[in-house]
Amino acid sequence: MPLSTSSNFARPDDAFRAIVEAHRGLTEEQSADFDAALVLILANHIGDIDVLRDALGLARRRMIDGQQQQQQQQQQQQ
Amino acid sequence: MAQANTHQAKTQFGYRRHADQDRPGQSPAEHPVVIVGAGPVGLSLAIDLAQRGQRVVLLDDADRIGEGSRAICFSKRSLEYWDRLGVADRMVDKGVVWSVGRIFHGESQLYQFNLLPEDGHKRPAFINLQQYYAEAYLVDRIGDLPAIDLRWRNKVTALEQRNDSVALTIETPEGAYRLQAQYVVACDGARSSLRQMVGAEFAGQVFEDQFLIADVKMTAEFPTERWFWFDPPFHAGRSALLHRQPDDVWRIDLQLNRYADPVVEKKPENVRPRIARMLGHDKFEFEWISLYKFQCRRMDRFIHGRVIFAGDSAHQVSPFGARGANSGLEDAENLSWKLDRVLRGTSPASLLETYHVERSLAADENIRESTRSTDFMAPNSHQEARLRKAVLSLAKETEFGKRMVNGGRLSVPCSYDSPLSSRDADAWRGGPSPGCSMPDAPVATRAGEQAYLTDAFRKGGTDFTLLSFSNGAAIDTPDGVKDIRIGGEGGLADSRGLVAKRYDAEPGSAYLLRPDGYVAARFRHPTREAIAAALSRAQSLN
Repeated sequence: MPLSTSSNFARPDDAFRAIVEAHRGLTEEQSADFDAALVLILANHIGDIDVLRDALGLARRRMIDGQQQQQQQQQQQQ
Repeated sequence: MAQANTHQAKTQFGYRRHADQDRPGQSPAEHPVVIVGAGPVGLSLAIDLAQRGQRVVLLDDADRIGEGSRAICFSKRSLEYWDRLGVADRMVDKGVVWSVGRIFHGESQLYQFNLLPEDGHKRPAFINLQQYYAEAYLVDRIGDLPAIDLRWRNKVTALEQRNDSVALTIETPEGAYRLQAQYVVACDGARSSLRQMVGAEFAGQVFEDQFLIADVKMTAEFPTERWFWFDPPFHAGRSALLHRQPDDVWRIDLQLNRYADPVVEKKPENVRPRIARMLGHDKFEFEWISLYKFQCRRMDRFIHGRVIFAGDSAHQVSPFGARGANSGLEDAENLSWKLDRVLRGTSPASLLETYHVERSLAADENIRESTRSTDFMAPNSHQEARLRKAVLSLAKETEFGKRMVNGGRLSVPCSYDSPLSSRDADAWRGGPSPGCSMPDAPVATRAGEQAYLTDAFRKGGTDFTLLSFSNGAAIDTPDGVKDIRIGGEGGLADSRGLVAKRYDAEPGSAYLLRPDGYVAARFRHPTREAIAAALSRAQSLN
């Protein structure tokens, strides 16, 4: 089964909000610890190494795209 | 001190002049195979080749068996191999048998594992035994085999590859002499001088953290188990290992940081308080202390012309996982029957290439496992440390967290994706697939004696063997292939039904086993043609 990127929650805002609220009141360090545990819990729940690799790949591409956008913006400002 | 003296007697060997040294330099003695290095791998390989009928010259540059904290954990697979070499009983009698490991985090136990949760195997999951005992027993066994010519204080100083042989120059206390060999096997360890002589690289990864390894003698009430700690109260922030050896000796590994000064840390007065904190007392004596940086690396090719590398000379791993000596013994087991066939001319030299293919795959697997364990113990970045912290905290209440904790994944035989294997043509729900090693199981002989499948394989002569499950019909075994029959008239009885279970066998099923006990092919409905084709393939004859 490939990584699903269609919207799976009936109420996506509730899901996003639940994650945001879980981080409220945490320091940067605590937030990072929290995310590490969360990633491992969710990865195990998925339980499919191919889906996990797809998800890691998507996250990685987003990060690279984000960096490129930033660089482009900086170049335009210069 | 009486005991110490006996120990000395077993491990010290004299140099003896050999007639080969009297030959003129231009016509050196010629030998089929010369093995360099009388460690566990070289000694085992020599015995295996001799039992197959080869004459072997075994050279070692020292005149004694090395002491110190080297290999201690020998796997079930290694013991099954040593059974065939006639030394396993002594090893197991002297060794400490264990199968349970426990992992602790801080003060509390995270989980425990059992490496051999089922019975019906002749050999245990592991024994712990000091390497010097293993070597001493192997040397004793060599005393029974006149085909092995073991020469101490014979140091290879030069090597020249020719089309049909290798020329060696050997330094002895009485000067140098030359030898010629059809094949040379380099079992001369991680700092292999033969590897340098063939100009091969030994590339890989060095781990920055240092590990203090101490063997201490004490009487203690700890159970015979492998105990591993993450962040223990006695060694905050780092990892520790405690493991029992024979003679009331305990192996202790303590992780130190990368900046620790080896000279300072190795001093007994500095090691003592660390270990006293761990044990809660200081009633112990040091047998050995050393400081290591672990490395994971391998040669690109295990065969260079007519020089073949086996054991640590070809690949090196960190010790968490008992993958060093055990993988070297698997190298010997894999190489021996192939080299024997090539020397006899019953298989082409291309059979040797499959030694490189199969064992370099195994080396990659061992390096991968060992690297993962070492990285888990000594995370490389803040984020790796954070993920490890998350795993350790999740392990307290979740099963998946426990399974992710990596305090060393202990050696199991590799399964080969090999050109020697024939693919399954039938449907199998279990059992060893081609390329896997044969599982053991209990059987009963016709006389009603309890025995094991591995015994039957050994007694058959450790050759190509057809393991068949009777359905009443006769099986047409090709010439030269040994037989193990389960059930039927004259066959072994599957006394507990475990052979059929472990091999997913039905009446009529058959397995073709290689001389190293690996599965070459298996059949639900074996025909003479199918068996012959699989046999040819497994011998590199097609």
